[in-house]
Amino acid sequence: MTETTVDDSQRTPLVVMSGVNKHFGALHVLQDVDLEIARGEVVVLIGPSGSGKSTLCRTINRLETIDSGSITVDGRPLPAEGRELARLRAEVGMVFQSFNLFAHKTVLENVVLAQVKVRKVPRAEAEQTARTLLDRVGVGAQAEKYPAQLSGGQQQRVAIARALAMKPKVMLFDEPTSALDPEMVNEVLEVMRSLAAEGMTMVVVTHEMGFARSAANRVLFMADGRIVEENSPEAFFTAPRSDRAKDFLSKILHH
Amino acid sequence: MGILFEDGNFALFRDSFLQTVELSALSALLALLIGTLLAAFRVSPVPALRAFGTVWVNVFRNTPLTLLFFAVVFGLPRLDVHYSSFVFAVLALGIYTASFVCEVLRAGINTVPLGQAEAARSLGMGFGQTLTLIVLPQAARTVLGPMSSVFIALPRNSAIAGAFSISELYGAQQTLNERGYSILTIFFWVALAYLFLSAVIGLIFRFLENRLAVAR
Repeated sequence: MTETTVDDSQRTPLVVMSGVNKHFGALHVLQDVDLEIARGEVVVLIGPSGSGKSTLCRTINRLETIDSGSITVDGRPLPAEGRELARLRAEVGMVFQSFNLFAHKTVLENVVLAQVKVRKVPRAEAEQTARTLLDRVGVGAQAEKYPAQLSGGQQQRVAIARALAMKPKVMLFDEPTSALDPEMVNEVLEVMRSLAAEGMTMVVVTHEMGFARSAANRVLFMADGRIVEENSPEAFFTAPRSDRAKDFLSKILHH
Repeated sequence: MGILFEDGNFALFRDSFLQTVELSALSALLALLIGTLLAAFRVSPVPALRAFGTVWVNVFRNTPLTLLFFAVVFGLPRLDVHYSSFVFAVLALGIYTASFVCEVLRAGINTVPLGQAEAARSLGMGFGQTLTLIVLPQAARTVLGPMSSVFIALPRNSAIAGAFSISELYGAQQTLNERGYSILTIFFWVALAYLFLSAVIGLIFRFLENRLAVAR
């Protein structure tokens, strides 16, 4: 790899959405969404429920298809369902609200499986990677257990390790702490903060305003399928411009 | 009750019992293979495969097994397909039972939370990998109970093969009957043999259920 190619790839945004529209039946859930996400950027999506933020997040690895517009990841348009799309998904990590760890596999096996079956990494090497990652997210001691034997916070950290094992270019977090007991939210956010600090490109849908403030490079506020406002976290939280954002913030910050 | 131990009856009974076991085991294997494939077809994104699965299930699940035996044993030779009656019997029992296996598995697939498949796909697994590595193993575990009913029915259904010149357990009943023994005594031993088979299959499934339970 030469200096110039690195520079070139550094300049182009990692994720580009332009003119994206999507309907769920009569509901126009994404309306002409344009968005560019730079390499190493942490973008936090906030907004009222039903505003389309989860849907937007899920279109980036095509778990949700779009009706019109285009999405490119690392310069390549999202392919149709098939081998090409599978290859692209391997490079886009995803963490779900409900963890979705494979219930019939041990924690270690959860992190090893896709490395071996998708990336064709030799098993020993995959286990090494898995153990390193599990240690890093603080659940190394639980490697031989099954997901149901872990707390929600532990499961979610395993899910993060599982996504990281694929060495993704970008990580998508779809309300990663919404299903957690309050005292477990922080252990997950800590892992996410350290990822952000290491320069991982992240798209995070969350209701954790503290995380948005401390870890985001940019906050997007969505309402009714549109990105209503985008700003630095500091500017957004101290001086929101739109009425929708003011209204939303007043409801969640003073209760 | 002692007829089993007279006049070489025991050898006849034993051989026919083993024939029933062999017939059931082979058709169980065939049913499991075809049934799993059909279930995969029925949940696949390809409409033609889904249609194929649906037609198979509706044709073979709704056809009386005796009729299916007739079709295979007398119909296939007309199409110049010639095998022993044993192979035909395995075929008839296998494709019939496969439709039940398919439907039980499909019910199991529907119990696996969608998020499991989404997680697999988000890691770059294709449809085949998602199904075979993530969804089917969990589906199979949840349907072990109803699946045991399907496989307990199989050896009992295999009795129909006795009417198509296979010397299995039910065939032995005919032979012993012709030798003039009391029908009640004959049926006692035949029933006992089927009961034994069913119990063993039931125990195997119970064992699997205990070993493979998925905690959520």
